[in-house]
Amino acid sequence: MSPKNAPREKRTGVFVCHCGINIAGTVDVKKVAETVGRHKGVVHAEDYVYMCSDPGQKLIVEAIKSQGLDSVVVACCSPTLHESTFRNAAKSAGLNPYQLEIANIREQCSWVHKDKDKATRKAIRITKSIIEKVKRNVSLQPISVPVTKRTLVIGGGISGIQAALDVANAGHEVILVEKSPSIGGHMIQLSETFPTLDCSQCILTPKMVEASKHPKIKLMTYSEVQDISGFVGNFKVKILKKPTYVDPEKCTLCDECSKVCPIVVPNEFDLGMTGRRAIYIPFPQAIPASYILDDKSCPSLFPIACGKCYHVCKPKAINYDMKPEIVEVDVGAVIVATGYDLYDKENMAEYGRGKYPDVLDGLQFERLCSASGPTKGQIIRPSDHKVPKEVVFIQCSGSRDPELHCAYCSKICCMYTAKHAMLYKHHVPDGQAYVFYIDIRSGGKNYEEFVQRAVENDGVLYLRGKVSKVFQEGDKLKVWGADTLTGKKIEIDADMVVLAQAMRPAKGADDVAKILKVPTDKDGFLAEAHPKLRPVESVTAGMYLAGAAQAPKDIPEAVAQASGAASKVLALFSSDTLSHNPVIAVVDEDLCSGCKLCIAMCPYGARIYNPEKKIVEVNDVLCEGCGSCIVACPSGAAQQINFTDEQIHSMVDTILEE
Amino acid sequence: MEHFEPKIVCFACNWCTSAGADLAGTSRMEYDPSGILIRVMCSSRVDPQHVLWAFRKGADGVLLGGCHPGDCHYVDGNTKTLRRMILLKKLMGDLGIEPERLRLDWISAAEGKKFVSVMNEFTDQVRTLGPLELDGQTNPLGRE
Ligand SMILES: Cc1cc2nc3c(=O)[nH]c(=O)nc-3n(C[C@H](O)[C@H](O)[C@H](O)COP(=O)(O)OP(=O)(O)OC[C@H]3O[C@@H](n4cnc5c(N)ncnc54)[C@H](O)[C@@H]3O)c2cc1C
Ligand code: FES
Repeated sequence: MSPKNAPREKRTGVFVCHCGINIAGTVDVKKVAETVGRHKGVVHAEDYVYMCSDPGQKLIVEAIKSQGLDSVVVACCSPTLHESTFRNAAKSAGLNPYQLEIANIREQCSWVHKDKDKATRKAIRITKSIIEKVKRNVSLQPISVPVTKRTLVIGGGISGIQAALDVANAGHEVILVEKSPSIGGHMIQLSETFPTLDCSQCILTPKMVEASKHPKIKLMTYSEVQDISGFVGNFKVKILKKPTYVDPEKCTLCDECSKVCPIVVPNEFDLGMTGRRAIYIPFPQAIPASYILDDKSCPSLFPIACGKCYHVCKPKAINYDMKPEIVEVDVGAVIVATGYDLYDKENMAEYGRGKYPDVLDGLQFERLCSASGPTKGQIIRPSDHKVPKEVVFIQCSGSRDPELHCAYCSKICCMYTAKHAMLYKHHVPDGQAYVFYIDIRSGGKNYEEFVQRAVENDGVLYLRGKVSKVFQEGDKLKVWGADTLTGKKIEIDADMVVLAQAMRPAKGADDVAKILKVPTDKDGFLAEAHPKLRPVESVTAGMYLAGAAQAPKDIPEAVAQASGAASKVLALFSSDTLSHNPVIAVVDEDLCSGCKLCIAMCPYGARIYNPEKKIVEVNDVLCEGCGSCIVACPSGAAQQINFTDEQIHSMVDTILEE
Repeated sequence: MEHFEPKIVCFACNWCTSAGADLAGTSRMEYDPSGILIRVMCSSRVDPQHVLWAFRKGADGVLLGGCHPGDCHYVDGNTKTLRRMILLKKLMGDLGIEPERLRLDWISAAEGKKFVSVMNEFTDQVRTLGPLELDGQTNPLGRE
């Protein structure tokens, strides 16, 4: 298929469309047909009033057959409109569709010029340049690739779980990889959820169980994706399975091990508000339902274990010899649902850099409200366990602050702050809740009503303005702010402050993005292929996005996007093979010196060095056909099929011809 | 000089600039007919050698249009183009071609208007520069 072997003396046919008067009004189409008809290699040229109409297409088909045309130019409107129409017509006449090209003499000529003489001359040049191109086109077949109908879902939050269930329920295998010891994500940490105030765990745990019991879903918790290669329909994935040192099949959750473990470290699930042992279960409803031994906290696992947990474990579930494992799987599609983390309180110099125990972030407050939380749902101060009577909620903490923090709006904080203030008032009816806000963004079904409920039914005091400073004085937290509506300075002696910290992409999500070669946006969230029309696809074919990994989202939006991503996967899996654009890069093996300069140019990893042949080869399926590597090749070994240097030069020549 | 009609070759990427030119057409915006487009899939397909070839073959100006930074259909082809063309512009002076005869611009599929103004501005600029003279003696490009 090397472009060098393209036949030289072709019989080209040219068809000039009037497009009613759209072209013929400014371009002398008869003259165009007549002039290009004399161009070298053109054996047939005619004009017609509507080339794209049935009779117009018939003209092309018949001429291909009767004149034995082996290349065709249609001079008409933009190729975005009718290239496929005419290529299909050519195909029906037995001509390879890639032997037909469009000369755009409408959008780029007749519609933008008034001088008929100049427009006609320009149309002739455009058409001739395309004749020169098509003369050197080679026939191509779409590249066909099989599809592996298995999906990798990365991230076991609500988005990942939903996507996995949707794909699995349609009958396809799913591998759900979660880096922490249990699936559930941040949603499992929440107490109650806006706008309905239903208990988060009550609605999520059934889904977690369903995912874990689903015959088509393979759960891989405490695991991370290490490497991925291949392309849409055919990815090869390496997954690192970290050792948990406990066999989940044998663990009976008796808790004897953690009772004897001498090590206490901060509990991640309660965001450091409680402690846990080195051998622990993240939370009672964790899935898989098993204890794990955290080898970073257990000081005596290497070289010799203290052995306390091992000795009390009756079912003999503990195995100190468990090793990290690399699991390799083939998948056809990937859904990335790595979620978010909150912007660290330590970044907030103005609010005490996370030093004050009674300044919490939103998720800590969720744990405090939660019936399964460290205080069993009692709202008390971490510092002295007293019930706080004055609580200040600060919205946009770290959001909408392009100078110091994140420029964007985290979108959900208005809603969860209203929820927090409401929950606080339900727990402490005689307490006072203040909310500092820039403005309230409550777009969403029943959301505005929810915020109004907080104000009207629960007497939450909303203050429009920013808090400039929070500092500890005695056992009070001084909150200095301004009410921008009254123009007054405000000072509150608060017992507790809750910061609605900005939502950031999950820690480590940038590494995942690099491994997957999925671009991120300026804030580090995964970038969608099109901000409006392709919101669940990444630009990398076969990789889809779901949930807060793509942008701050609440649960309903995360679930909707997850189902959207799943439906994209199902559409992909609906056929057994995929076809791929064949207008790609090729390498002339004789000319390639193996310098590898092209490899760095390729954003798709499609250029691969072959050490045996000592040359670089192109993976047909990975190559998207941009042509950027061609320019990098110092020896002229690389060419883009049907966009060769020779073709471009000959087009330039005809355009500049006297 | 008054009737000088410059010859301009305009390389345009398929996804943005060529689509921007199409939009200028559908919006019936008028512009100078001196430039003729060559559509490539991405601006990064355009080799500095293609540009020099055009000058050698009689172009008075070369316009190169791609997607805005960050918008390239092929991730970052346009950044590669930018780097290549900056280098080429430096070389052009040495070759006796005013660097102003080459223009690289980002024109999106939505910027029909920008396409028109860039095309007009550039044509005017080349018209002011006059025909590109590469005489035999100082003709490193071997212009015919
Ligand atoms: C304080 C607070 C209160 C909220 N209250 C509400 C509410 O009331 N109602 C509502 O609708 N929404 C609420 N939300 C929003 C809700 O938390 C999110 O919409 C939801 O959790 C998003 O789900 P997700 O699956 O996209 O992300 P996450 O919940 O963040 O889940 C992502 C998962 O991916 C895993 N992961 C991350 N990186 C990797 C990796 N590299 N490899 C493998 N796994 C990885 C994580 O461990 C995690 O399990 C609240 C948010 C906050 C901060
Ligand atoms: S596709 Fe337009 S510059 Fe790359």
